[in-house]
Amino acid sequence: MKVRFLIPLVLFLLLIGLFVAGLKLDPSVVPSPLIDKPVPQFSLPELHDQEKIVDSAELTKHQVSLFNIWASWCVACRQEHPFLMELARAGEVPIYGLNYKDKRPDAIGWLKRLGNPYIASAFDEKGRVGLDWGVYGVPETFVVDSKGIIRYKQIGPLTKQAWQETILPLIDKIRAEEG
Amino acid sequence: MLPELGNFALILAMTIALAQGIVPLVGAARGIPGWVAFARPAAWVQFLLLIISFSILTYAFVVNDFSVAYVANHSNSALPLMYRISAVWGGHEGSLLLWVMLMAGWSTAVGLFSKRLPPEMVARVLAVMGLLGVGFASFVVFTSNPFDRYFPAPMDGRDLNPMLQDFGLIVHPPMLYMGYVGFSVAFAFAIAALLGGRLDAAWARWSRPWTIVAWLFLTLGISLGSWWAYYELGWGGWWFWDPVENASFLPWLVGTALMHSLAVSEKRSTFKGWTVLLAIFAFSLCLLGTFLVRSGVLTSVHAFASDPTRGVYVLLLLGIVVGVSLVIYAWRAPQVKSAGNFALLSRETFLLGNNVLLVVATATILIGTIYPLILDALDLGKISVGPPYFNAVFVPLMIPLVIALGIGPLSRWKQDSFERLGKILRFALLISLILGVLWPWMLFGQLDFMVIVGATISIWLVCSILLDLFYRSRHKASLWKGLTSQSLSYYGMSMAHLGVAVTVIGITFSSYYSLEKDLRMAPGDQLELGGYLFHFDGVRDNHGPNYTATEGVVTVTKNGEPVATLYSQKRNYTVQQMPMTEAGIDPGLFRDLYIAMGEPLGDDGWAMRIYYKPFIRWIWLGSLFMVFGGILAASDRRYRLMEKRKAGLNTDAKLAVQES
Repeated sequence: MKVRFLIPLVLFLLLIGLFVAGLKLDPSVVPSPLIDKPVPQFSLPELHDQEKIVDSAELTKHQVSLFNIWASWCVACRQEHPFLMELARAGEVPIYGLNYKDKRPDAIGWLKRLGNPYIASAFDEKGRVGLDWGVYGVPETFVVDSKGIIRYKQIGPLTKQAWQETILPLIDKIRAEEG
Repeated sequence: MLPELGNFALILAMTIALAQGIVPLVGAARGIPGWVAFARPAAWVQFLLLIISFSILTYAFVVNDFSVAYVANHSNSALPLMYRISAVWGGHEGSLLLWVMLMAGWSTAVGLFSKRLPPEMVARVLAVMGLLGVGFASFVVFTSNPFDRYFPAPMDGRDLNPMLQDFGLIVHPPMLYMGYVGFSVAFAFAIAALLGGRLDAAWARWSRPWTIVAWLFLTLGISLGSWWAYYELGWGGWWFWDPVENASFLPWLVGTALMHSLAVSEKRSTFKGWTVLLAIFAFSLCLLGTFLVRSGVLTSVHAFASDPTRGVYVLLLLGIVVGVSLVIYAWRAPQVKSAGNFALLSRETFLLGNNVLLVVATATILIGTIYPLILDALDLGKISVGPPYFNAVFVPLMIPLVIALGIGPLSRWKQDSFERLGKILRFALLISLILGVLWPWMLFGQLDFMVIVGATISIWLVCSILLDLFYRSRHKASLWKGLTSQSLSYYGMSMAHLGVAVTVIGITFSSYYSLEKDLRMAPGDQLELGGYLFHFDGVRDNHGPNYTATEGVVTVTKNGEPVATLYSQKRNYTVQQMPMTEAGIDPGLFRDLYIAMGEPLGDDGWAMRIYYKPFIRWIWLGSLFMVFGGILAASDRRYRLMEKRKAGLNTDAKLAVQES
């Protein structure tokens, strides 16, 4: 048996090993090491207005706020978007955005088209800030309290279910804590 | 009672598949004619049983039998009949049942159309298909049974996902599955040939029509999916590089490579080991796609409800099928001897180039798709790979492919010369360089480097196809005679290649020249876009059987002449409380006018999205050309001739017997 005819088999076995490992992992539930830690510091230009700066201090201005990572190229963000709009319209909670690895005109057009639920979106063109925040998939949403502590992280689209079962009770709890 | 019968038929089909997988294989190895002959009837009975099982499930949907859990989860009494029927494959369990049934259907077809093949070969092919059938049928029976009951039965069902309530989604999955499952035939032929030790030109000739048919179904399935995404999702996009889309595109790329490499194996008796490997890969990627979509290892928009036990099962199936076949390959392929040599400039080289580019494209897309999983498994963090990566790696591979595609069919087997090819093609080069700039510039008045590239290579391809046809036909008594003497498979090939040019034009022009406008419109407002005047007449209420809708009406005029009236709806499906946007589209060969309603903005104002999309239809028109080319090639008379020749042989033999 010539060795080179075994190459496909070996490659395939490696792939299978990878999948076995992959099955044990759930892509949508992974604890973040950042939970209950202060937000990673950043300072970025605003998406619409390059002169304006959005920084991590901005997130501590409210009792509690959402920090949503999004991009115009991300399909799941479209899915999530109507719900964010609903939240913003109802004035439930202030929402900040991090526009992740995107192009400025694309992102602005996207918000113009679908509506802008964000008080401000930080423009993270190279994804450096996203890296600090441990972003591994878009969209992600962080719940941040007034001390700048990350209280929760939602991976994947923010659904009505997640909102009602987890995030809203948490927000109520934070609001109660802070009186 | 009926659903239990359906379940019983399914289990029976599984056991028959098991017998079909073992008996003929042993028969072929030991030379027992009765056992060899078992394969065909087994395939028929298995297919019949699965038709019964599938029909019973369909019937449960038609009569709204919500005691069947699968029906209750995917249907509703208010759902129109058409969608109740298509809901049969609207979820995981039912779509797998469809898969198993189609696979048995392909086995039956192989049994019917393979009378000219040696009986042992047919027996081995059907046995491999039978074993695959066992794998999938047991997957349905043990992990995803669509006949499970709810007790007590719910009053009404949870309704079909509104996204799936659409014509495109009725036909898209069956076509896609026909393609996936069809590649199991090419796979079975490859394994049978390896087992029987006859990896020769005859094997390639037998596999070819099956591979082409599987490929054309897959082409149709993928383009239907893309067309559906375009008009249903309301984003104006037609391809998103989503893991599920990639899962269907990977086998298509390898399947395309396989078709071409089979041609070399048949005509020149080289590349055989490679061709067998491609046949194994094409089907393995179909299985891999199933695993990725149904196990939940990757997040995707249209992933099925995922379940770890299902993931383990598909992975097991994938491991056994691909693992065993690669072991057989490693054991048998070294004995294959490749005959012919070929020069650096020859048709073999071009087909090799085709294979290399397509396989590299497959590998890069596969890596991009599973890269998040690799990093995750190695604990290196989590990432998501988006369209920027795929466009950046895929487009540069396709450009040389299209350029080589223009030369390949003109080149000669074994050896060719630059002088000969240059003489024929300099004309095509000249025309394409001129028109590649001039044509888009005259149409749109502005240029982009990538537009020039896209237009140039497409025109280059069209010119070379026409030149090829001319050079092949001109030696005959008259040009007409020359044209009619070309084979169907030649016309099929040219048609499919022409389809590539058409699709490339569609992609290029629609990507670079689309205009889009997002604005607030109140009744009476107007907008000019791409020379068209869009007038918002207002909104009205509308309703369907299971949804209520607000419908916006926009009339379009050009230079005062009416062009179209577009209706876009915002629907709310009452059962699942899910909003859906229905785009209003005026399709045209050279442009689509596309509107989608957004949110109400108060004071009668609506957010509106208006698109002008030039040449977008060409994307799907090109894929229809490819499908049609596939049909022509698969119905070439030499495949039918062999049938006749064999029949003739039989009568000769009978005569001989009578005479003696």
